Amino acid sequence: MQKAIKKWFPLFALPTLLAFALSFLFPFIMGLYLSFCKFKVVNNAEFVGLQNYQRAFQNQDFLNALWFTTKFTIVSVITINIIAFVFAMLLTKALKGTNMFRTIFFMPNLIGGIVLGYIWIMIINGVLYYSGATITTSADYGFWGLVILMNWQLIGYMMIIYISGIQQISPDLLEAAEIDGANAWQRLIHVTIPQVMPSVTICLFLTLTNSFRLFDQNYALTAGAPGKQTQMLALDIYNTFYGRVGWQGVGQAKAVIFFIIVAAIALSQLYFTRSKEVES
Amino acid sequence: MNKFRRILALSMAGCMSATALAGCTTDTGSGTSSTAPVVGESSVDTSSVKSIFFLNFKPEIADKYEAIAKQYKEEKGIEVQVKTAASGEYEKTLTSEMAKSEPPTIFQINGPVGYSNWKDYCADLKATKLYDMLSDKSLAVKDGEGIYGVPYAVEGYGIIYNNAVMTKYFGLDGAKAKSMDEINSFAKLKEVVEDMTAKKADLGIDGVFASTSLKSGDDWRWQTHLMNLPLFYEFNTGSGDPITNCLNSDLEFKYADNYKNIFDLYTDNSCTDKTLLGGKTVDESMAEFATGKCAMVQNGNWAWGQISGVDGNTVKEEDIKFLPIYTGVDGEDKQGLCVGTENYFSINSKVDAATQQASIDFLVWLFSSDYGKKAVTSDLGFIAPFTSFGENEKPTDPLAKEVLSWMEKEGYTSVKWTFAGIPSEEWKNGFGANLLQYAQGQKEWNDVVTEAKDSWKTEREAMAE
Repeated sequence: MQKAIKKWFPLFALPTLLAFALSFLFPFIMGLYLSFCKFKVVNNAEFVGLQNYQRAFQNQDFLNALWFTTKFTIVSVITINIIAFVFAMLLTKALKGTNMFRTIFFMPNLIGGIVLGYIWIMIINGVLYYSGATITTSADYGFWGLVILMNWQLIGYMMIIYISGIQQISPDLLEAAEIDGANAWQRLIHVTIPQVMPSVTICLFLTLTNSFRLFDQNYALTAGAPGKQTQMLALDIYNTFYGRVGWQGVGQAKAVIFFIIVAAIALSQLYFTRSKEVES
Repeated sequence: MNKFRRILALSMAGCMSATALAGCTTDTGSGTSSTAPVVGESSVDTSSVKSIFFLNFKPEIADKYEAIAKQYKEEKGIEVQVKTAASGEYEKTLTSEMAKSEPPTIFQINGPVGYSNWKDYCADLKATKLYDMLSDKSLAVKDGEGIYGVPYAVEGYGIIYNNAVMTKYFGLDGAKAKSMDEINSFAKLKEVVEDMTAKKADLGIDGVFASTSLKSGDDWRWQTHLMNLPLFYEFNTGSGDPITNCLNSDLEFKYADNYKNIFDLYTDNSCTDKTLLGGKTVDESMAEFATGKCAMVQNGNWAWGQISGVDGNTVKEEDIKFLPIYTGVDGEDKQGLCVGTENYFSINSKVDAATQQASIDFLVWLFSSDYGKKAVTSDLGFIAPFTSFGENEKPTDPLAKEVLSWMEKEGYTSVKWTFAGIPSEEWKNGFGANLLQYAQGQKEWNDVVTEAKDSWKTEREAMAE
């Protein structure tokens, strides 16, 4: 089996590798190069060195967006994972209609971010209407609006991953713990959670990267309003690149910085949670 | 196996983060081709050209252009691809379309500022029939000897009012005016509007003005159009063109109080509560006007399509009139509507000469053939500044007719579109966002003014780089 994989691996991986190179690797390298250039459209660039990076770091909008994104990521990663885990625990009990609930909770994930943004802007503005406000009244509304939206979209997905993790726990372990006199809380802390660590790794990874590089939802829900106070990094890059003449290179430099941050977070998180996983 | 998994996880992380970056780069095109100058009509063989590409600026008439393109294909056999940028997204769309292997052949610039951004892509149109047809040559965008943008629509804006509601008001006891002619200054307008607000139940309206749409992307009526009045009064110094003055100076915002006058009047007497304006769009405002919920709305003649197209439209065509925007400046009783253009066609100099010529031919056809002229006046609703249009070929919609009649009024001066000299989109967006915060009571007016001045300075410096 191993041998056959080794033999045929290159052949089967080739189409994907090609597609990957064309649609990711090449634009990536080009993007890296463009971040050192001054340009209007991408095929007409002039090399200017580190100037773009300097301007990116001096740009207050970028730093604000970085801070806003960080806050948003911390809050949404925690809420999404806790709520998804609780749902997963509930829906792995022998309750009536668990399959139906699982389906319903998963469904928001099937809707695209832009559509979700427009749906939620109607809901949120509809609710805030009673207090004479809209989502643009305060950056806090925008922040919590985004958190709610992100939770609504991702909880179902994460829940499915947790459910599969929980279902893989051997009943023997739980039964043994019960016979040893462990109560429900102790069983959760000492058996269930260590056993689902692989799922935690995946869920944390997905929520962390998805929250950090959120774009569609941010664009559709608040578009940064009021002012640029709810503008996240991806949206800031987009607005710099397309919205400001002469700033395309700066936008590209911001994108490279953004890439480094996302990669660093994702890799260190993977390393950290992997070390907590136990082999069963 | 464990090692394999680790590599897999690592490469997955790599992919995920690479998408973040890849998403920000656009398609790469096949590079640029010849930049041969465009020469006079039919000296270039266009028989090889199968299609031209027009990037449309006006979403409200996108479907009309589709019909025109179909007709052109039938008559001339050349396909006109029409792509429309979403409202407020033209620059972004143009930037990404220009980088593609099949870039737009006809695009639009908004005046001198737009030209300085797209200089490298604008062909010289001096020797073309299109420029030759232009009735007032001073309207074109010039640079040295060359002509790089040809205006295709003169437009006007002001306060659109529903005469039926106004007549009803003038008939009420204790009305502050007896006819529209009496309203010729800000003081009078304010008096009437405030009295109308007090009597709104009798008039059957929710408020005098339609919502001041301050949603980002929908705030151009305030951060650009309304801003034009203080800009005009500040930069129309008598020496030189106001747009050029505006481009070359810092903003003092001398007429900030006048801006505040009218802006406060709009938001205090609106059919929507001030704090809810951040969610309102232009479409919603126009629908409020069209369904008779309010009596006035600030917009231009292009809005006719939006008014007539709304379901449940109750406003009669003959009741739609224009009033100049009064802000309390001395001598404003002789002020007309804001008339000008920010719509200039440019031809992409990076496509081959035959395609450039075919693009020009299409525009010439649009503004000189019988079908084209009819489409321009009745479907597109443009007041086209070309000699090919006769006296009886003027637009027929009520707002365009009003603009023409205001332009021809004896003794009145139209307010020139000075906003073409605003240094950047960034300035407009920042100002719009501040207006929203001011309307919501989160920012002092003085801060709005100071930030507008500061940002003007920074943006001018950024432009000079």
